[in-house]
Amino acid sequence: MQKFKETILAPTLFVIALFLLWEIVCRVFSIAPTILPSPLDIWNALLKYWNPIVSNSWQTLFTTLAGFGLAIVFGLLLGVFIGWSKAIYGALYPVMIGFNAVPKVAVVPILILWFGIGTVPAILTAFLISFFPIVVNVATGIATTEPELRDVLRALGASKLDIMRKVGIPRSMPYFFGSLKVAITLAFVGSVVSETVGSNAGLGKLMLDAQAAFKVELVFASLVMLAVLGIVLYAMTAWVEKRMTGWAFRGENQGF
Amino acid sequence: MNLGDPLVELKHVSMVYGAGANAVKAVDDLTLTVHKGEFIAVVGPSGCGKSSMMKLISGLMPVASGTLTLEGNAISGPINKVGMAFQASNLLPWRTAVDNVLLPLEIVQPHRSQIGSKRDEYRQKARALLESVGLKGFTEKFPWQLSGGMQQRTSICRALIHEPEILMLDEPFGALDAFTREELWCMMRDLHAQKQITALLVTHDLREAVFLCDTVYVMSDRPGKIVKVQKVDLQRPRDIEVTYSPHFQELVQELRSFIGRH
Ligand SMILES: Nc1ncnc2c1ncn2[C@@H]1O[C@H](COP(=O)(O)OP(=O)(O)OP(=O)(O)O)[C@@H](O)[C@H]1O
Ligand SMILES: [Mg+2]
Repeated sequence: MQKFKETILAPTLFVIALFLLWEIVCRVFSIAPTILPSPLDIWNALLKYWNPIVSNSWQTLFTTLAGFGLAIVFGLLLGVFIGWSKAIYGALYPVMIGFNAVPKVAVVPILILWFGIGTVPAILTAFLISFFPIVVNVATGIATTEPELRDVLRALGASKLDIMRKVGIPRSMPYFFGSLKVAITLAFVGSVVSETVGSNAGLGKLMLDAQAAFKVELVFASLVMLAVLGIVLYAMTAWVEKRMTGWAFRGENQGF
Repeated sequence: MNLGDPLVELKHVSMVYGAGANAVKAVDDLTLTVHKGEFIAVVGPSGCGKSSMMKLISGLMPVASGTLTLEGNAISGPINKVGMAFQASNLLPWRTAVDNVLLPLEIVQPHRSQIGSKRDEYRQKARALLESVGLKGFTEKFPWQLSGGMQQRTSICRALIHEPEILMLDEPFGALDAFTREELWCMMRDLHAQKQITALLVTHDLREAVFLCDTVYVMSDRPGKIVKVQKVDLQRPRDIEVTYSPHFQELVQELRSFIGRH
């Protein structure tokens, strides 16, 4: 019950209060809807443009999840590869850092050049931006295996693959699932950025068009939709993390 | 006590970390014999090469010079005839105590190829081992549900499950409080008596060494070599009360005088 109060009730009340305040400010100062639409204006816009908003949301959701899926597959593979040996870790880590330092917006035009305007650049941007934290976390989880434990197993004649399977990969799982929350948020950002730079569908594109047509309330309606999607995606991965890595947290939650 | 045949023999062994200018000689001219069924302790100042010697015997590091044999055969790599336990229990947090103990059997042949079909049988064996060190009722618990002493007992069971020729303990009780430590000494004493295991204990605690062992070796500062071999002639089975006897105290003081003197 306490938990419900803290995790559901409190944030909901806070959001409602925030929207109320927003509405009041808009009315009291009679701010023009072309500058800052009130929550009621936005709600009306949501209803009015519901069809395009939903279809574009699906597009953004699809590119985000496709990019995220790719990031999981490649992130895990590359993470295990990098965590495999100190030499590989040493060789690839600086390259990875350099790669990650490049702002991904700068890559979008190249992707469009190669793949044309459409879904593919959005997926690839989501992928490129979100796979880094997965790689780093998985590699760290593996590389921090206790040397004594390694010795115990090596003395038994365990191969590197054995140690990886029995210890390295399982122990990197909390790191992996922990990185998913960050990764999904980044993938979402990547998709929307790519759609905003050059695309023919998606919430980013919808916002861009709405802005060009001076439909400010639609811009904000899309923004609200983005926020909702972002929260849902985050909550889903957070739930998966909790479910999959219970053993990593159980020891800490004593005494309550 | 009458000694068994020599099991592990080190003759004038030296060992080096790294190469060239930044090579560190960890042990030098180390000569020592572990007999079957013997319980020996190696004590010495910090950094003198005790853990390094363990790595040599378990085949994790090569000798730079000298000979190192197990049952007469040179050790040139991991031999899976050793079981190791360290100061940290290093249990896998996602496995229960019994599953942690089973880990070596998933690696060492012939168990490795049999564990799939005979899981229950192996599990029974692991449970029996855990119960023999006083963990009845805790075999299905996860490490975080066990006390430090219980975790260490589990770790020692893991080192023993594949019935190694020699059990190697590197400061296994170092992180425990005084009472728990003495409890585990008694557990170790009983294991040694029941299973006739051969054991090599590295410790900083001279009382521990004298209480548990038949022979205590004292190593010098790095690069470590043996500066004193002390036979412990206390009657077995030993009670914890023996640690208060004058003879026990004498042995401890004698050993103490050899540490950090060189
Ligand atoms: N992997 C390594 N690479 C280089 N030098 C090492 C390595 N491991 C240990 N040494 C060096 O070898 C020497 C012996 O180390 P070792 O760990 O065997 O000491 P120890 O007797 O076990 O010490 P302690 O009682 O503190 O555990 C030390 O001087 C240490 O600095
Ligand atoms: Mg040591």
